[in-house]
Amino acid sequence: MPQDSQPAAVPAPDLPLSQPPTPPGLLELFVAFAKMSLAGFGGVLVWARRGIVDQHRWMTAEEFNETFALCHFLPGPNIVNLSVVFGSRFRGVAGGIAAFTGLVGPPAVIAIILAALYARYGEIDVLRRILAGVSCAAVGLLIAVVFKMMMPLVKKREVAGLISMVAVFVAIGVLRLPLQMVLLVAMPLSLGITVFVRRRGKA
Amino acid sequence: MNSDANPVATLVWTFGLMSLFAVGGANSAIPEMHRIAVDVHHWMDDKQFADVFAISQLSPGPNVLIVTLIGYSVAGVVGALAATVAMCGPTAVLAYYVSRLLARSRHSRWPAIIQSALVPLSIGLMGASGLILALTSDRSWVAGLITVSAAALAFATRLNPLWMLLAGGALGFAGLI
Repeated sequence: MPQDSQPAAVPAPDLPLSQPPTPPGLLELFVAFAKMSLAGFGGVLVWARRGIVDQHRWMTAEEFNETFALCHFLPGPNIVNLSVVFGSRFRGVAGGIAAFTGLVGPPAVIAIILAALYARYGEIDVLRRILAGVSCAAVGLLIAVVFKMMMPLVKKREVAGLISMVAVFVAIGVLRLPLQMVLLVAMPLSLGITVFVRRRGKA
Repeated sequence: MNSDANPVATLVWTFGLMSLFAVGGANSAIPEMHRIAVDVHHWMDDKQFADVFAISQLSPGPNVLIVTLIGYSVAGVVGALAATVAMCGPTAVLAYYVSRLLARSRHSRWPAIIQSALVPLSIGLMGASGLILALTSDRSWVAGLITVSAAALAFATRLNPLWMLLAGGALGFAGLI
């Protein structure tokens, strides 16, 4: 995750702190999400939070958490869902599309340019070696996120959750079963266990 | 490249369906992307898949860009666009309607229950992604060491992840992998 002490992407707010939040326009939504997205190496969430809550004051921290929780439990790319929900809250469907295009458009152009360069020069040995090194590190970053997300389950000793986690890991990662099949079994099971555990906890 | 009559239609169908099952974001769908792109359709080999992942991590922006790049390598810019919209569209529409629904019933406890039921599944999926990507990209003990060090640094410190990607690239450039 990018550090909080990074100066570049956060211009000093020259607006008074008490300024009331004004609903953003379509262009403003596009530009704001494009900025967050382009700053977000290895994860846009931190920057989205900073842009929406701290910089523009379009949402309070609580509103942001609620919105993100919603987008987390829905399937699909979380931050994409967030951009659509956020944009449409202010400007309807057009707002959702503006925020989404800002989030995905500019980085997609960059990624496609990189991919085109790769298709053209990918066979050059030096580039292959550099990319191989980058992908080793990138896998490490992904593994770190997995462990970070696991910590709350370990700390709260959620045995049932940890078991379903390992079961999905083995089914998909080791046995290589198709995703749909695994989730069609795992989702109702996990939901059932969660409800059961909560009921027992209350009783 | 595959021999399907219409690879763009295959991309749209594949990612549109995957979109609705990708609990926990694009990264947790990586095993499924690998299965489909490498094993089912033979769009690319293991090495190319690892490279596509590396490029998507090197680019700023959301993780979903890996889908854009798979689409690009299958059918150029049209494929990139089709795959991205297919991966984002269905869940975006779902998110839009669910958020409007929830705005009306704010104090329901179901969102919290569903979320805590889905969190372990999404962690398991992301762990599987990590395993599969490690198997495809770590082919020497130095490569494995880079992965482990990057994981440890990213877990224990607040260092900007870009530095670890650059360090990995530099070690690769030096021919150590």
